[in-house]
Order: sequence, then structure tokens, then C-alpha cells
Amino acid sequence: MKHNAFFWFVLPSATAMMLFIFFPIVSVVIQSFHVAHEQVIIEVENCGPFGCTTATAIDQEATAALREEQPLGRFAGLEIYKDRNHLAVNEFAQTWQQSEGIGDFVVRLMNLPFYKALGFTLTYVAVVTPLTILFGFIIAVAVNSAARSLRGPLIFFTLLPNIVTPLIGGLILFWMVDARGVIGTALRYLADDPSLSVKADTGLMWIMLMVYGVWSSAPFAFIVYYAGLQTVSTDTLEAARIDGASRWQQIRHVVIPHLLPLTTFIALIQLMDNFRVFEPIISFNAQAHATSLSWAIYNDLSGETQQLSSAAATSVLTVIGVAILLSPVLVRTYRSYGKA
Amino acid sequence: MKLKNILMAGSFLAAAGATTAMAADCGIDGGRLSIIGNEFPAIQTVARNAQACEGLSDAEANLTADHQTINLPGMQGNPAEYTTAIVANSSIVALINEDVIRPLDDLIAAHGQDIPTQQLITINGQVMAVAFMANAQHLVYRADILEQIGAEPPKTYEEMLAAAETIRSEGILEYPLGGAYAAGWNLAQEFVNMYLGHGGSFYEPGTAQVSINNEAGVATLEMLKALSEYMNPDFLTHDSNATSAEWEAGNVALMNMWGSRTGVLMDAEGSEPQVYENTAVAGPMTVAGAGTPASTLWWDGWTVAKNISDEDAEATFKAMKHGISPAILNDETMGQAVWMIEGYTPAPVNEGVFSAISMGTTPYPMLPHHGLLHTALGDNIADFLQGDESAEQTLSDIEAAYTAAAREKGFVN
Repeated sequence: MKHNAFFWFVLPSATAMMLFIFFPIVSVVIQSFHVAHEQVIIEVENCGPFGCTTATAIDQEATAALREEQPLGRFAGLEIYKDRNHLAVNEFAQTWQQSEGIGDFVVRLMNLPFYKALGFTLTYVAVVTPLTILFGFIIAVAVNSAARSLRGPLIFFTLLPNIVTPLIGGLILFWMVDARGVIGTALRYLADDPSLSVKADTGLMWIMLMVYGVWSSAPFAFIVYYAGLQTVSTDTLEAARIDGASRWQQIRHVVIPHLLPLTTFIALIQLMDNFRVFEPIISFNAQAHATSLSWAIYNDLSGETQQLSSAAATSVLTVIGVAILLSPVLVRTYRSYGKA
Repeated sequence: MKLKNILMAGSFLAAAGATTAMAADCGIDGGRLSIIGNEFPAIQTVARNAQACEGLSDAEANLTADHQTINLPGMQGNPAEYTTAIVANSSIVALINEDVIRPLDDLIAAHGQDIPTQQLITINGQVMAVAFMANAQHLVYRADILEQIGAEPPKTYEEMLAAAETIRSEGILEYPLGGAYAAGWNLAQEFVNMYLGHGGSFYEPGTAQVSINNEAGVATLEMLKALSEYMNPDFLTHDSNATSAEWEAGNVALMNMWGSRTGVLMDAEGSEPQVYENTAVAGPMTVAGAGTPASTLWWDGWTVAKNISDEDAEATFKAMKHGISPAILNDETMGQAVWMIEGYTPAPVNEGVFSAISMGTTPYPMLPHHGLLHTALGDNIADFLQGDESAEQTLSDIEAAYTAAAREKGFVN
């Protein structure tokens, strides 16, 4: 393609990406370097149906003047990134000095909100991503070997978890694992422990969230693999069969190598998605047991006083986290395309 | 966010269709009305009647449990999307902090002389909101179960614990206590109640420096934990909706619950006669021998946006004034809340809130930085209730989380 044609060809999407992806990210980064103005507090008398009390309020005129002068707030540099609610640099060092052994250090570190969120987020990514790929692959192979007439309905039912809105899917599971729900009661019976409750136990809650994660995203891996399976060369498979390869050997030596590029693609998407785990924590009301980086952003913005700078800093840290997580896969892809 | 809210929004639409308020003459000649507010029966009534005013060029209402996250952005534009926000004494602070609501003094002078002074919320001498109902958390109990164990309705949290122990040991209910202890806003609210009940103060006098890592703070956490041991083990996931459902299922005998939600528990819908006929309310409980109840007083009221034309402001003011006029009270709406409206006659369901007022319960603090502390409380208390750390550790975590947030917002240095 000529350079000129290429330019006009990508212009619309490049403009959209600048407007809706690049500029918002820049504004978030700028916001994360600023904190609110020092509040001008005045003492006031508040009166209402329950009598009068002396309280404080923000002096609006003085604040308006400050904002006029510096609309972005005070420049704080990396201060927010370093405070206790984010990277907690001072607290991190203190914990390191005070703790006895690495185990104690990790336990103490989990008391800091950012590391607590990071701990769950990374565990979730590490567990859910490979399981999603594994289950997606197994289901795809199974569906592909089913009778042709059954495949349509099978595909539809397999895709259901991905079609159902995450919040609704999460709620359905949330009710089922309730102490009085189907799964909750079954678990009590199986464990022979009448006080067992998934929602009350941090470990079980983590497992539940991860089961939900695999359940809701395995269909995505399935449909990608299923499409890939349609392109496996029948000649090669036939040759393998004539050579006496068992079904497992055919999968191991023909199908899996053929689907490897797809695995890279699924891993990329899943790593990104899982690192931003959010909906299950909300729909499972799980914040007492598990928090994630996305949840921390939501929590900053949903309180009565919105903490924009704090949310912005966590967002930037999340973007950095995704970049670090994806870098091995990206480097690998880059190299393999470089060779070609 | 909760499905129940979605369903309730749906049933509200149906109800609104069924009982559309009669069109009313409110003396309005053009101008826009757009309401943002929480959704429970009393607010739905107010919004419906305000919208029924004739002469409005536009009358909309967006009532949702997530009102708090959208009212500020919806009023910061110029002109603002919402001309009025229905708020409570905690949520008005966020709107005042960002200067998006206007003082109502001149509108009251011109069109609202008949609004009783006690309904006017004044801040620094300026009227910023008009209250229309009172709310508080108080005791809700099952009369039949208390009779069975031969106990009076508890007046203190210590008595509540004793009654819970008896109910459990007699094998009536395994988890006799209930409460909105969901980690987050609800749990923080329970801390605020209990801490005020212990006579604690949240800040060093005259400053925004938090100070809760003290005896009252420890006693508060320990009382919350003692109560939680008589609750369904899932208590950290139970918000007000889930707690009400537990009550209606007959699984709970005693709880501290919002006055605005007790009407639903006492009606014939959603539970067995055994449960709803025996559901009764009493005043809030005290703790540790203190005189003031471990609860907070709340008002709900409406405001008028700053960034709208004077014509829209006048129309909104007149419509909302009609929305809380004595004309809205009828058999259906009377029991929906503790109305501050003339002609209101209290129903038995409202006794809890009335006792809360007469017992001198502390109003929820209206301080510009208190929302940050509420968030920090909600994020950290669960660690203690789960037995992960000591009370002192939890309290110092809360203080540290609040201080970092308050520094970012410029309240402390």
C-alpha cells in the first residue's frame, strides 16, 4: 500500500484511538500527579430538625479563588504513588525491617491495601488464565468430536456463561453458594460440617471467585480453539492415523502445535482481562475477603467523597502492571514475526 | 448494582403507572425539573408528586440506589443535568464541598414562607436544603420469640447479647441476631453508631486529625464482634436488603435496622404471618451504660442545583415544595416514613425513629472530611471481625488509611 493511501486508511481509527484512548490516559496520568488544594476550613453553625451544632465547612469563595489560580490542584509529583494507600514506600521498608522471615513479611504486607489487592489479583491471574486455556481446549476438542447434528446446540450451551452479563452470572452463583443455596447446602453435606459457609471463609471465597472466573471466560477460549480446530489439515491427521498414532498422539503432535499461535492470542487477552478482575468481587459482595486493583479504583470513586487522584494513581499502576505482565508474550510474538 | 434494586426499580415503574399523582397547580409557568435521589417508597412519593405539577416544561426523576455516585457529576455541568438532588445529612456534604447547590434563602423569601423553620437545613446561616423526613436505625424484634424466652425488648446492647444467648441455647434460632454488616458503607455505619454510643469523638477537637485508636474504639470493635458471633456466618456480605430478607425468612429475632425499611418488614408481603405479625419496633439501644443511644439521626431533604437558570431554579423549588406539601399524605403514603409534614400522624411502625429523636440520639456528623473516614472504616473493620488482627491494629490501619486520603484531599498536612 502506498504511504498516502495507508495514511488515509488508518486516519479514522487513529483519530478515534487518540481521542478515546490516548488522551484520557494522559489526563489520568496528569491527575495522578496532582492533589486537591489545601482546604480552607471555616467554623459554621449547622441547624436542622435535630437542633443546631457547631461544625466545619469548606470556604467556597477562598476555594474558588485557589481553583481559578491552579485548576489542576497542587502538583504533588509521585507523592500519591508513595503514600500508604498505594505503593506505601515507607510502610514497605518498615515492614521489611520489622518482620521475622519472608512468611511474616508477606503476611504483614497484606495489611497494606495496595499489596492486598495485588496479592489477590496476581493469584487470580496465575490460576484462572491457565485453567481457562486448558478447559477451553478440552471443551473445543470434545465438541469437535461430537456428532455434527449435536454441535450447534452444544456450542450454544457452552457459550452461555460468556453471553450472560457478568454481574448477573456472578449473582446466580452467589445465591447458589449461599449457606441456604443448592451448592452451599451440598458442600455442607459433603464436608459434614453444618457451619461451613463459602461466603464467610476467605479461602473458599477465593476459590469461588476463581471458579467463577474460569466458568465465565472458558467459553471465549473454547470458541477460539474451536474455530482453530476447523483449520487443522485433515491430510496431516490422516497421515498420522495411517502411521498408527493414537488419538492422544494426534492431539499432542498435530493439533496442539497447530493451535499454538491461538494460545498466545488467548493468553494475551486473558492476562489483560484477569488482571482487571472486578465484577465477581462486586456481585459476590466479596470485598471483605478479596480486593483487586480495579476494585480499589471503584472504591475510591464510589465513596461520598470521591478520591480522583488516588483512583488515577491506581489506574496508572494497573496499566503498568498489565504492561509488565504482557511483556514476555509480546516480546515472544515480536520475535516470531521478526523471523518470518 | 444489586438485582433486587433492579427489580425494585421495575416495580416502582409499575407502581408509578398505577398510582400516578393527580396533576396539580403549583403556580409554575415554565422551567425544568429533574430529580436525582435514592429509591425507597417515601422518596418515590415525593418525586411523583413534584413531577405532577402543571406548567413544567420538563419533569424527570432518576431514583436509584447509586444516586450518590452520579448526583455530583450530574450537577457539575453548566447547565446542570439535575435541577435538584434529594440527599441526606451525609450526602449533602459532598455537594456542598464541590459548591454545586445554591442557597435557598431568596427563593424561600419569595415562594416558601409557609415552610416550617424546623424543616430548613441551614449551614453558616444559609438555607441549603429542605428536609421532609427523619430516619434512624433502631431495634426491630420478634415479639413471639422474646415472649417465649420471657424477655423484654432489650434497651442496651448488653441485654441484646444476653437475649441472643438465651435464644440460641434454648435451640429456637441458631443465629438470632441480624444487622447490615456488609463490609463497606454498611459496616462503617455500624461502627459510627456504636462509637458514638460509647461516647467517642472521631477527631481531635477543631481539626480534621482522626483520633479513634482509643478505649472507645477498642470497645466498639469488640462489641461489634460479640454481636457478629450471633449472626449468620455470612454477615460480612449482608447489606440492608439481605438482612431484611433474612428477617422475612424468619431466621432472625433481633436486629438494629433503618426506620425507613421497617414498613416492608411489617406488611403481609414476603413473609409468613408468624413473622410479620410479630415484628415490632422499639427505640435504639444504648451501650456500656451510656445515656445516648448507639445510633445516628438522619434527615432526608431536597436541594436546588447552582448551575441552572433562575427560571429552572424557581420551577424546581415550587415543584419540590409541592412534593412535600401536606397534600401528598394519604392512607398509602402515611406510613412510608417519619414525615416532617404538617398533618402527619405517626403509625406504630414509626415508633423506633420517634424514640431515637426523643432519646437525644446524635445526628450523623456533617463534616466535609467525614466521608473519607467512613470509607476507611468500611475497608478495614472486616479484618478485625474475621479475627485476622488485633483491635488496635485495625484502628491504626483505619487512621493511616484516612490520613493518606485526607492528605490527598487537602484536609490535613
